[in-house]
Amino acid sequence: MLIYILRRLPQTILVIFGVTLITFIALQIGGDPTYLFVSERASAEEIELTRIKLGFDRPLYIQYFSYLFKIMRLDFGDSLYFRQPAMDVILETLPATIELTLFAMFIAIFGAIPFGIFAAIKRGTWIDGALMAVAMLGQSIPSFWLGIMSIIYLSLPISWLPISGHVPFLMPIFQGNFIEGIKNFPTTCLYLILPGFAVAFYSLSRNARLIRSSMLEVLSQDYVRTARAKGLSEYAVVINHAMRNAWLPVVTIIGLEFGFMLSGVVVVEVIFAWPGLGRLVFDSISHRDIPLVQASVIVIALIVIILNLIVDLVYAKLDPRIKLS
Amino acid sequence: MNNNALKKNELIDNFNNKKSSKYINFFKSLFSYKWAVVSIIWLIIIINTAIFANIISPHDPNRNNIMERVAPPLAQDKQGNIKYLIGSDGLGRDSFTRLLYGARVSLIVGFASVFVGGFIGISLGMIAGYYGKLTDDVIMRLADIQLAFPFILLAILFLVVLGEGLINLILVLGIGQWVTYARIARAQTISQKEKEYVEAAKALGESHTSIIFGSILPNILAPLIVIASFNVASVILAEASLSFLGLGVPHNIPTWGAMLAESRDHIFAKRWWLPFFPGMAILITVLAFNIIGDWLRDYLDPRLKEVE
Repeated sequence: MLIYILRRLPQTILVIFGVTLITFIALQIGGDPTYLFVSERASAEEIELTRIKLGFDRPLYIQYFSYLFKIMRLDFGDSLYFRQPAMDVILETLPATIELTLFAMFIAIFGAIPFGIFAAIKRGTWIDGALMAVAMLGQSIPSFWLGIMSIIYLSLPISWLPISGHVPFLMPIFQGNFIEGIKNFPTTCLYLILPGFAVAFYSLSRNARLIRSSMLEVLSQDYVRTARAKGLSEYAVVINHAMRNAWLPVVTIIGLEFGFMLSGVVVVEVIFAWPGLGRLVFDSISHRDIPLVQASVIVIALIVIILNLIVDLVYAKLDPRIKLS
Repeated sequence: MNNNALKKNELIDNFNNKKSSKYINFFKSLFSYKWAVVSIIWLIIIINTAIFANIISPHDPNRNNIMERVAPPLAQDKQGNIKYLIGSDGLGRDSFTRLLYGARVSLIVGFASVFVGGFIGISLGMIAGYYGKLTDDVIMRLADIQLAFPFILLAILFLVVLGEGLINLILVLGIGQWVTYARIARAQTISQKEKEYVEAAKALGESHTSIIFGSILPNILAPLIVIASFNVASVILAEASLSFLGLGVPHNIPTWGAMLAESRDHIFAKRWWLPFFPGMAILITVLAFNIIGDWLRDYLDPRLKEVE
């Protein structure tokens, strides 16, 4: 296991290096980045001053390394609009996004397992066909459209279903106020239902298809036949024997899935007025607060990279065959 | 017809004319998968609407009319003729016309960026697979780095800096998907390069470029076409998300994503038609590409059938 970690770690560091390089290049690609930091009416001297103040007059490689060292100290620059460190602004919105993403992950994984297994057991019947048709549809629906339509047809008619907004659960907990956090939890979940489903539906559908096909593969293996031959009930065969291996492929994509969901979260947060990182990015676009957009992208990328590392390690633990390869 | 007779017919077909039997098989497979036929018909319709949008609808997609804003679908004028087929938006612009013009952006971006991404990805993937060693390592590490980004966010960052424009959008969405093609092209190239026909080409003294793109490429195209079809679907979704966020093409060009963004102001007034139609347009078009992708996968490469 240690060897696996040691081999996996340099790869992660390389990826972090590349990710910072790309976000750095992104800022340079449109020409002199100074113009992104000054107003349109700025005079030539003002522009020159800003350029020197922000260090854009230095050679590119020096700029990159100073950027890299700043990131290592978790300094992601200052937001132009909020006039405070980007990290502070991001930390304020991050808990809400984590809540939404975790909730959506939960639906996408634990909703997909029964969905996929049921379809696999009923292979070739109309039930399988209908479930897979829904899954196909789910992979084609824009999440934000699902959000809009669910507001119109679900939350406006159903009085107890909140239309938009957010009740914090993680934020009070991070601040050490456990009682308030736990007291908020049921309401938080209520507010999470619609945005959570809008974000999760795509992944739910993809996972269901994935679990179905891996379940079909597992069901045809020898050890499942042995279990049947021993006279175990079909329920025991499916739940105790087949399912354990059938959902492993889903574990491998959890890391990627998380990154993918964070992308979906950006647009869905805008619709449900969810005070998270996605909404922050959206607002920063309209404020043309580019340093904040850049900081948000790199923070999310770092989260995804670390999560992928953790997922890979967990997976290596779950499936001993990995270490050998 | 029983199976044996069918097989016999196929054999005779093969014997008589290999080429024409290929086409027959193609259509046989297509028509046995009826949703693929429906999808292709839908695509033909949508491509034609995109091309002939200005002929189909007599209206200007940007002409506003504040007096007739948010007209419901099938709204009539004083003579009782239908004026707004699917209603008008918050500025009184004809939604149907905007929907037709919106197809242009979705399809152009969908096809063009898949072309860009496919070109870069297939070239890099094949080079990585063919030469191996350091070249392979460098290209595949680049792929790892790209995969670490949640794609939409990277696109947002680049588009914010580059500014709006169709070309920028196509390039960003195209470059964003090269990894999928590269990985498959690499794996396929590795499995092909040991085969006799490659050895033969080498023995004949062909250049590496001509072996890679002349000999190997035609043999690995099938799975790449399948991926391309799925990617058109996901690019159309991504384009809609970006337009929804106000990034992408300039504001005077109607897009489905931008129509959905504008409809946000009318949710609470329950003006359902404003989000409903552009959303359905995206949904059906994306679904069509996904279904065609599924069918192509089964037809071109049956081994992939259960793998996902």
